[in-house]
Amino acid sequence: MTHAIAETILSAHLRLRAISTHAFALLLAALLLLSVSTPTHADALDEAFVKLYADNFQQTEQAVAGIAASGAPHAAETLDALRDGRLFANADAKRILYKTTAGDAFDAMTGGKVDNLDGFKKVRINNGVRRALDAAMGALGVGAADPQRRIHAAHELFNNPNPTTLPIIDAQLAKEANADAKSALEEARAAIVAATPGAGNADALRAIEALAARGDKAAQNHIATLAAKRDDPAIRTAADAAIARIDRSLFLWGLAQNGWYGLSTASVLLLAAIGLAITFGVMGVINMAHGEMVMLGAYSTYAMQMLLPASMTNWSVPLALPLAFVVSAIAGVVIERFVVRYLYTRPLDTLLATWGVSLILQQAVRTLFGASNRQVYSPPFLSGAYHWGGLEITNNRLWIILLSGAVFAALLFVLHATSFGLQMRAVTQNRRMASAMGISTARVDMMAFALGSGVAGIAGVALSQIDNVSPNLGQGYIVDSFMVVVFGGVGNLWGAALGAVTLGLANKILEPLIGAVQGQIALLVFIILFIQKRPRGLFAQKGRAVES
Amino acid sequence: MLISRRTITGALGALALGASALTSFAARAQDTIKIGILHSLSGTMAISETTLKDVMLMLIDEQNKNGGVLGKKLEAVVVDPASNWPLFAEKAKELIAKDKVSVVFGCWTSVSRKSVLPVFKELNSILFYPVQYEGEESERNVFYTGAAPNQQAIPAVDYLMSADGGSVKRWVLEGTDYVYPRTTNKILEAYLKAKGVAPEDITINYTPFGFSDWQTEVTKIKAFGSAGKKTAVVSTINGDANVPFYKELGNQGLKATEIPVVAFSVGEEELAGLDTKPLLGHLAAWNYFESIDTPESKTFIEKWHAFTKNSKRTTNDPMEAHYIGFNMWVKAVEKAGTVDPDKVIAALPGTEQKNLTGGTAVMLPNHHISKPVMIGEIRADGQLDTVWQTKGLVPGAAWSPYLEGSKDLVADWVDLKCGNYNKTTKKCGG
Repeated sequence: MTHAIAETILSAHLRLRAISTHAFALLLAALLLLSVSTPTHADALDEAFVKLYADNFQQTEQAVAGIAASGAPHAAETLDALRDGRLFANADAKRILYKTTAGDAFDAMTGGKVDNLDGFKKVRINNGVRRALDAAMGALGVGAADPQRRIHAAHELFNNPNPTTLPIIDAQLAKEANADAKSALEEARAAIVAATPGAGNADALRAIEALAARGDKAAQNHIATLAAKRDDPAIRTAADAAIARIDRSLFLWGLAQNGWYGLSTASVLLLAAIGLAITFGVMGVINMAHGEMVMLGAYSTYAMQMLLPASMTNWSVPLALPLAFVVSAIAGVVIERFVVRYLYTRPLDTLLATWGVSLILQQAVRTLFGASNRQVYSPPFLSGAYHWGGLEITNNRLWIILLSGAVFAALLFVLHATSFGLQMRAVTQNRRMASAMGISTARVDMMAFALGSGVAGIAGVALSQIDNVSPNLGQGYIVDSFMVVVFGGVGNLWGAALGAVTLGLANKILEPLIGAVQGQIALLVFIILFIQKRPRGLFAQKGRAVES
Repeated sequence: MLISRRTITGALGALALGASALTSFAARAQDTIKIGILHSLSGTMAISETTLKDVMLMLIDEQNKNGGVLGKKLEAVVVDPASNWPLFAEKAKELIAKDKVSVVFGCWTSVSRKSVLPVFKELNSILFYPVQYEGEESERNVFYTGAAPNQQAIPAVDYLMSADGGSVKRWVLEGTDYVYPRTTNKILEAYLKAKGVAPEDITINYTPFGFSDWQTEVTKIKAFGSAGKKTAVVSTINGDANVPFYKELGNQGLKATEIPVVAFSVGEEELAGLDTKPLLGHLAAWNYFESIDTPESKTFIEKWHAFTKNSKRTTNDPMEAHYIGFNMWVKAVEKAGTVDPDKVIAALPGTEQKNLTGGTAVMLPNHHISKPVMIGEIRADGQLDTVWQTKGLVPGAAWSPYLEGSKDLVADWVDLKCGNYNKTTKKCGG
C-alpha cells in the first residue's frame, strides 16, 4: 500500500519535474502537453518505468506488460530497444532512454533527444523478460500493415497466450484478407480461449477446430487444457476426437521425419564412402588414408573462405567444391604413385602403408593449420530450416542430400558413358584380360585413385557444414565408409548407395529407440553377422570373371 | 701451411669457453623449478584445453618476471596427451619420472583425470585440476580448483526451477557418454526427484564423444518439451560435439525462451567459433565469466591479450581456476620453503587467493576451493551476461548429499587425513 502511494507521489513528482525542465520553451511545453494530453498513457507508463529502475527481472517483466498496455507513443521503440539491449535506465534521475540502432539516444517518456548519458545503466533482461517481450510485441504487431509481421505476432501470441489481446485479435480477424495471417490469428485466438476458463462454449468449439487444424503437439496440449476445465459433453467429444486425430498425424509425421533423417545420414555416408567404393572396388586397395582425403576437402573449404574477399564469403562453399576435388585428387595421385603402386600385390602392406600416410597427412595439416578446430562459415542458404507440414527440413542437410545425389549421378555417368569408365569397369572385372586388350592398367589405376580421392574431397566440403573441421575429421568417417562399401558389395556404385541408405535408415530408426551409443554398437554387430553370411556384400559380382 | 701457436690456443680457448657455457647452462637448468602442463593440444578436447596450456605459460612467464619462486626460475614442460585417455597416464609418468616436474597442471575430462590418478599416487606428485567435475572424489595428490556439483550443477538447476529461471518442471539431461556426465546426471536425477519432479518428467540421453549428427536428438528434445510443461535441457556435452549440437539447435530454431539449454562445459572459448545469434538466451553455469566487471578480471584480460598478442582471445572459467590454483601453489611453496610434494600438500589447505570476481578463494581441507556460482545467458556477441549469482562464495563439497553411499562421506586431509571418511562407521575408506 505504502509502495503504491510512493509510486503515485513519485510519478507525480516526475511529471512536475518534466514539465518544469521543459517550461523554458513554450513550443516544447506545448508539445509535451500534447504528449501527456492523454494522461492515462503517461500514468501507466510511469508506473511501468518505476518497475524498470528496480533492476529485477520479475519487475522488468511486469514493466514490459505495463509499457505495452499503456498505448504510449514510444512503446514499440522502447520494447524493441529493451529486447536488443539498447534501453538504459537512470534510477536516480528516474529517467529511461532508448538508443536507436544508429546509436542516438531518446527519452522513452517524451521522445526527446538525449545527449548526456551519465548515470544511465543498461536494463538487463533474461529469458523470462524475453518471453514477456514476445507476448507484448505480439499484441503490438497484430494490427501491423505487413502480413508477415501479423503472422509473426500471432505465433508469439500462440506461444504466450495473453487474454487481454483477444479484442485486438477479433478486430483484426474481422478484416483480415491474408489467408495465412487469418489461420495464424485463428490459432492464436484458440490458444487464448484455451487458457481462459470463462470463455463460452461456441468459442471453445471454434478453438478446438482451429487447434485440430494446426495439428502439432502444442495445439494438442492447448486442447487438453481446454477440455480439462469443461464438463460440456459436446466439447469433451470434440476435444477427444481432435486429440486422437492429432496423435495419429503426429505419429505419421514422426515416421516421415525419421525417414528424412535416415536419408540425410545416408547421404553423408554415401558421399564419404563412394570414393572408397571406387578405389577399393577397382583396385582392391584398402586405402586407410581415404578419411584424410575427406579432411583435406574440408580444409580446402576453410582455405577458400580465407582466400576470398569478405564480400564473397557466401560463395566460399560452392567455390570450394572444385578446389577440394582438385586438392584431394592430387593428394590421391601422389599417394598412388609413391606408395600404393609398389604394393599392389601385398594388400596387408598397403593397409599399413596407407594408415601411415593418413597419420602423416593428419600431422601435416596440424602443423599447417594448427591443432584446434577451424570455423567454416555457413552461408545463409545453408542455415536455418524449412517447414513442410510436420516435417522440419534443415537447409544444410537438404543441400547435402542434393549434392550426394548429384555426385552419384555424375559418377554413374563417368562409369557407364565414358571410355575411361569402360576401361575402369574392365579392369575391375578382370585386370589381366583388360591389360591383354591394350588397356594401360597402371594409368587406369592412377586415374581411378584420383577420381575416388577427389570425390572424397567433395564429401569434405559437405562435412565442413555439419561437423568440426579438425585434423581428426577423417577418422570419424573411415570406419563408416568401409562399412558401407563392404555391406553394399565391393566395386558396385549401386551397392554403395543401397548400403548407405540401409545403414543410414537403420541408424536413425535405432537411435530414438535405444540411444545413439547403443545404436552404433548394434549396427556394428549386425554388419559383422551379415559379413559372415554374405562375405561379398549385398551386390556381389558373379561369374567367371570375378577374381577370387 | 703453417699452424701458428696462436690459432691453436685460440681454438682451445674457444672450446673451453663453449664447454664452460655448456656446464653453466646445465647448472642453471638445475636451478629451475619445473612445472608440467598436461593438456590435450589435439583431438576432440583440443578446442577446450589448448587455451589452458597457453594461460599456464602466461602465468609462469609472469611469475618469472617477478623473480620466480624461492629464488629460482620456473620452467614449463608441455606435453600433448592428444585427447587419448591412456596417453594421459603415460605422459603424466613421463613428466614426473623423467622430467622431474614439481607439480602438474592439467586434464579437462574426468576420464583423463581418473586415468592419471594412480600415477600421481604412486609417484607422489601434485596435480591441479581446473575444470568443473562430478565430485565423488578427494585424493591426497589432487587439488580441485574447478567447481564441484554443489558449485555448479545444483545451483543451475535451482535457478531454472525458480520464477526468474522460468519455473522449469520437465528436464532433459543430455550428456556425452563418460564418467562426468553420468555421475552428474545421477546426482541431478536424485536431486530433482527429491525436489518432487516426477520420474516421467526426466529423460536422460547420452551420445559418444565427437558426435555430429544431432538431428534426432534435437527433435527428441523438442518432442519431450512440447508436453505442456516448461522444459529445460541440462547439457553435459563435452568437447567439440558442442559445435554441431548448437548449430542444430540454431537451425531447428529451438529458442531459449521456449526450451532453454543450460551447459556446464560450454564457455566463451567454445562459443568463440560459433554464430551465437540463434543461441541468444541459452545458459551456462560457471564460476567466472569474461563479462564480469571487476578490476582483477580486467587486468587478467589485458595481460592475456598482451601475452597472446591477440585482442580477440577470450578468457573463461577454467582459466580462472588455473590462475587461482597456480597462485595458491606459489604461496604454498613459499610457505613450505621447498617444492617437496609432501610439504607443499600439507601447506596448501588454508591458502587464500583473490579470484577474478572480487572474492577470495580458500583451499579447503577437502582439496576443493570456495567459489561464487554464476548463471549466464549467451549474448549475441558470444559473451555471457550474468543473470544470477550467489551472494557469497560456496565451499566445494567433494561428496554429494543426494547420492546413496556418498552422503555419509567427508573428505578432510588436514585433521582426518582421509578423502572418504565415513561419518557413521567412523572409518576411512568409504
